[in-house]
Amino acid sequence: MAATDTVSTDRTPPSRGFGATERIQRARRAEAAFVGLGIVVTSVGAVTLMALLGGLLSDGWARLTPEFFGNFPSRRATQAGILAAWVGSLLVVLVCAFVAVPVGVAAGVYLEEYARRNWITDVIEINVNNLAGVPSIVYGLLALGVLVYGLGLGQSVATAGLTLALLILPIVIVATRESVRAVPYSIREAAYGVGATKWQVTSHHVLPYASPGISTGVIIGLSRALGETAPLVMIGALSFIAFLPTPPVRDSFPYISFQWLLDPFTVMPIQMFNWVSRPDPAFQANAAAAGLVLLVMTLAMNGFAIWFRIRMRSKIKW
Amino acid sequence: MANLAQPATTRLNSPQAVARRRRQYMRERAIEALLFACAAVSVVVTLTIVLVLIRESLAFFSHVSIVEFLTSRTWTPLFSDAEYGILPLVLGTLLSSLVALLVALPLGMVIAIYLSEFAGARVRETLKPFLELLSGIPTVVYGYFALLIVTPLLQATILPNLPGFNVLSAGIVMGIMIIPYISSLSEDAMRAVPDSLRDGSLAMGATRLQTSIKVVVPAAFSGLAAAAVLAISRAVGETMIVAIAAGQQPNFTFNPTESAATITAYIAQVALGDLPHGSIAYQSIFAAGLTLMAMTLVFNLAAYWLRKRFREAY
Amino acid sequence: MPTVLNIVSPMDALPPPKMEGVDVKVFYGAKQALFDVSLPVRNRSVTAMIGPSGCGKSTFLRCLNRMNDVILGARVEGAITLDGQNVYDKTVDVVQLRARVGMVFQKPNPFPKSIYDNVAYGPRIHGLSANKAELDGIVETSLKKAGLWKEVADRLDQPGTGLSGGQQQRLCIARAIAVSPEVILMDEPCSALDPIATAIIEELIDELRQNFTIAIVTHSMQQAARVSQYTAFFHLGYLVEYGETRQIFTNPKEARTQAYITGRFG
Repeated sequence: MAATDTVSTDRTPPSRGFGATERIQRARRAEAAFVGLGIVVTSVGAVTLMALLGGLLSDGWARLTPEFFGNFPSRRATQAGILAAWVGSLLVVLVCAFVAVPVGVAAGVYLEEYARRNWITDVIEINVNNLAGVPSIVYGLLALGVLVYGLGLGQSVATAGLTLALLILPIVIVATRESVRAVPYSIREAAYGVGATKWQVTSHHVLPYASPGISTGVIIGLSRALGETAPLVMIGALSFIAFLPTPPVRDSFPYISFQWLLDPFTVMPIQMFNWVSRPDPAFQANAAAAGLVLLVMTLAMNGFAIWFRIRMRSKIKW
Repeated sequence: MANLAQPATTRLNSPQAVARRRRQYMRERAIEALLFACAAVSVVVTLTIVLVLIRESLAFFSHVSIVEFLTSRTWTPLFSDAEYGILPLVLGTLLSSLVALLVALPLGMVIAIYLSEFAGARVRETLKPFLELLSGIPTVVYGYFALLIVTPLLQATILPNLPGFNVLSAGIVMGIMIIPYISSLSEDAMRAVPDSLRDGSLAMGATRLQTSIKVVVPAAFSGLAAAAVLAISRAVGETMIVAIAAGQQPNFTFNPTESAATITAYIAQVALGDLPHGSIAYQSIFAAGLTLMAMTLVFNLAAYWLRKRFREAY
Repeated sequence: MPTVLNIVSPMDALPPPKMEGVDVKVFYGAKQALFDVSLPVRNRSVTAMIGPSGCGKSTFLRCLNRMNDVILGARVEGAITLDGQNVYDKTVDVVQLRARVGMVFQKPNPFPKSIYDNVAYGPRIHGLSANKAELDGIVETSLKKAGLWKEVADRLDQPGTGLSGGQQQRLCIARAIAVSPEVILMDEPCSALDPIATAIIEELIDELRQNFTIAIVTHSMQQAARVSQYTAFFHLGYLVEYGETRQIFTNPKEARTQAYITGRFG
């Protein structure tokens, strides 16, 4: 980038009018070129998305029939579908949300509102940051060693949901902390001033006002859980599942059943991975179709979260 | 209405009110304990991870010598004459991460400089969400992209002899995946550079680009380095892209156009097979996991240290 | 620096103290913010606390309902009594204390909820009303006492944050009196308001003194002179002088008070 050298002063200054010298013009051109480059490169997100969607669409569009959503996997590519996978994904994400949201929000609230500054708090904080950097497959090893064999939960919906819950816990905690921190201190003072207890201040004021931000983080976390593959590969989700988990309602007393929690399962990304790894192009078309569904689901969740955040940011006033 | 006439003391000292406050006090303590327990979960998770990895690894190292593990260039734990040298996997991991970094670093930096120093608020708010979406794409979809779109594209254009499974495509796609990490962390770092530094440079007649490159980037250097290191750590731990597109064969190579398994790909590959609980193969994935954990920990600590240095500067 | 207390005697004619600080010291970490402050807050009257910024007047005010408890690393020594009982005593419940000693803050801080819910919040958490009708009554009375009823009666369900600054501050006053406290603390309640809104609030303070004991921190000496019966002058964490407002402003005993009220520093 030769143009950047112009900062140094010339040894023999030329006439000091206001006309742009050759050097300055060159610097200007470099700058204009950089702005162009910046716009192009920054569009890499949009471009990659287009390429991905385009590729998946051209390979998988034809497979997106109603039967594809209603069929179990099959040895014949054209008859295979994602019924077990999307039902499994739904249940796993449900379990994940059920665990990660309360625990993560509670942990975030504790760290932000309750924790005194001491070494225990420091340890927890450093630890949350660290957990966010642990590779997802390591969570799979944890699940394999502790949940599958240690606690005997097996290769079940519960194991998968719990594993993903631990995985997205840091996301929920960080989102909660940031949103809680954004609630002005004066609101807390107002509530304390009329004699509210700490929990009343937190539950009546801080949490409701922080909830848009927390929901954004939760949605992003859950979309991560929805697309996560590696830890579930570890707990052995890649099996040929040609049945649905036990329905949660029964026709006899007590009418609800939690058997589905312990049922084996498969999920969308696992199903896609299975198909991608087969050499037969017909299965790869299935993979593209499944990928399309998965991509649309996660993009929709992420897009909604981003939109919601922008909307809330412009709406909230204290 | 009657309540207002009554002095507060009488109301607040009634037996009911006192009992109510006692209940309230108990509830407050119980809630605080519960919240603390939830916060402590994260510590328990970390400890359990470390414990599980170490326990199984110890069992593994009772069969395999650490020296062989760290020095042998062959990794064939699933063969009958098994050899356990982690080096090819480590090399595969670093190689793919390096490719990713070579893609992501320049692009991420240009994006960060552009967004932080040039783009108006409108452009920034429009383009950034698309970048964020990149990190929300499921990695298995990226894997598909690498194997079935990028590799054929490379084969058709510049590298006709590229094998179907190769480190290059996986690395390139991984690079695209980690662009948002680099760009957003770098942008934060550059925005933290005080305007007084920029003003000093601009007042001397430097263009904005000159100011960005000669003043802002050096000033934000440790923050930018932290971003790069964190992104490598991401790439090192990534599983699905490499498992799908880089191949499953451990390969002691420095050539990204070859196929090579990474640590994560090996772990996933073993898990896919029906592995007997307690076998050496089962234990070997924990030893590999421990190695992976150690690698990412080193990167994360380095990033933490760099960021701390950066924060102290401003 | 020795603390000189110039409490005017004889005090027999004056109302008894509702609250009283006795040798109050406050530390923020290692830094001491208040030095041995002893000061009465007299029943059904307005006590103003004046002094240059950072003099400790707000700190003292916040000790009266233990708002300092919320701040990490704040430590209070000495005693503060409410009807003769030390509010820093272990047996005192801080929640109950704050129900008896309400507070209005510098910047109007209504909750981002409806006007009704703002006022009803205190009575609700303290269980002060048996039913909806009673709660409605409390809300109406409080808003009337805060002089806001006429302006908002027809839009109680609108957000409190949509009101003007002066209205918001009166809403906060209504919120404070809805739990019928005995004492109301006001921390520079007009500093964020325009002169007209300020005048309305000052008038209101004068009316509230019929039913409540009021302690107000203000940076405006004119305001102290207009609304208060007693004035305390703080400087650098010390209470320099306390007395009837008229005496403080016309005939201060301390040279520093004299210097401050005549505008020579501050």
